[in-house]
Amino acid sequence: MSEPLRFRGGGFVTRPKPISSCLAGLAVVAIWQAVASAGWVSPVFLPSPAGIARALAEMALSGQLWRHLAASLQRILLGFALGSAAGLAFGLALGLLSHARAAGLPIVSALFPIPKIALLPLFILWFGIGEPSKVATIALGVFFPMAIATYSGVDQVPRTLIRMAQSFDVPTHAVVAKVILPGALPGILSGVRISASIALILVVAAEMIGAEFGVGAFILTAGNLMRTEDLLAGVCLLSILGLAVGFLVSLAERRLLAWR
Amino acid sequence: MRLIVERVSHGYGALEVLDDISLTVEEGEILAIIGPSGCGKSTLLGILGGLLKPSKGRVLTDGSAPEGSLNPITYIFQDFALLPWRSVAGNVAFALEHRRLGAREREARIDEVLAKIGLRDFASALPRQLSGGMRQRVGIARALAVRPAILLLDEPLSALDAQTREILIEEFLALWLAHRTTAVYVTHNLDEALRLADRVCVLSRRPGRIREMVAVDVGRQDRTPARLAPLRERLWRSIQDEARAADREYV
Repeated sequence: MSEPLRFRGGGFVTRPKPISSCLAGLAVVAIWQAVASAGWVSPVFLPSPAGIARALAEMALSGQLWRHLAASLQRILLGFALGSAAGLAFGLALGLLSHARAAGLPIVSALFPIPKIALLPLFILWFGIGEPSKVATIALGVFFPMAIATYSGVDQVPRTLIRMAQSFDVPTHAVVAKVILPGALPGILSGVRISASIALILVVAAEMIGAEFGVGAFILTAGNLMRTEDLLAGVCLLSILGLAVGFLVSLAERRLLAWR
Repeated sequence: MRLIVERVSHGYGALEVLDDISLTVEEGEILAIIGPSGCGKSTLLGILGGLLKPSKGRVLTDGSAPEGSLNPITYIFQDFALLPWRSVAGNVAFALEHRRLGAREREARIDEVLAKIGLRDFASALPRQLSGGMRQRVGIARALAVRPAILLLDEPLSALDAQTREILIEEFLALWLAHRTTAVYVTHNLDEALRLADRVCVLSRRPGRIREMVAVDVGRQDRTPARLAPLRERLWRSIQDEARAADREYV
């Protein structure tokens, strides 16, 4: 007696379902709007999505949005540039030099878990309440993940590629530039992704502790004045900023790591 | 160019890997090195090319490299060792970039070896787009581009499937007959060793010692499985007990 063979499963392989993604997003906003419109919750506690959009548009038109955004972006960019450049150099040394690794790795590992915002009061003592203390906090927050990502990226470059280069008598500086750095790039870029989100967290926290302008300062002020629509408009701005950074890193990965 | 190995021993800490190896690789021969896994074949090859410092003993070269040789002792690797972010031509170029060589001469050399190996149509392909056999052809092209005096091959066909291996043995042999470059060919495959080599050096289990040196006294054009069978039988008898023992060892 013959029987059709039973299909036993495909190994839980997931497929992209773009329509479900869009519908889920729309549903969340629609339910939120419906709850707010029905008047079940006071707008002070939960403003409607339309209200937040209006607040965002007003901010953009009055020029407030750009002023706060510019202040935050400036701090992020400066802190990120300083922290990632130093982290890259330090991570490269950790990955390449036995002495640097022996001396530096325990120190980096010990300091990495400290939430860097805890050091802001110290930096305010050192540098004053102005920009340098905020930039230093961000730079330090970016430094550690970048150093560790670079170090592990260097460590993951296949030994045999380095031996190959040495077997062709390629000079050391060229081995670093042409084998180790490109080979470590996937690790370095994932470090960029992590440290960019850390920079975003730190800039908001630092601005809430003491700043006139900046998205963090704007959110704190709106909260103190119970202007919940403005508060959430600021939060939306941060979400957009985070998504934009993630998009840029993905773009860099697609272009620079096309060989994978 | 000849390669003379004098009383080389090597260990990693307390682990002895090679014990008192002396041999000479003669000009224009292929010397195969076989032995059970973990016998130090790859360590010996690393020492021959200056990628490992032996704990004891020394390696000497004798004779001059051919005209235009940029890297007298050149490896072909088991895992191909291609830079995945560089094209086929870029990988060959990597071996030439740090040499006193004009851009035109470099391009000419790249073009010449790619044509010779049948890779010209794949010059701009990335390694990930190529089959294992094609990747190793790139490794061979890169090695030939520097016009080596001595080729060190570290299980070059081990990562390939049986059919590709067969094709590459024939291609390699044809290339070798045209150049007759001195070569050391490390393998654990008896057939590869017997098809290619002038002499087969059998290493013992760890610590690796030279067990015997077997001359393959069959002309390269006559190396059919039937003609090689007695030698194969002899080599297998020489290594089988140790191969079985090595197989049952903790690594």
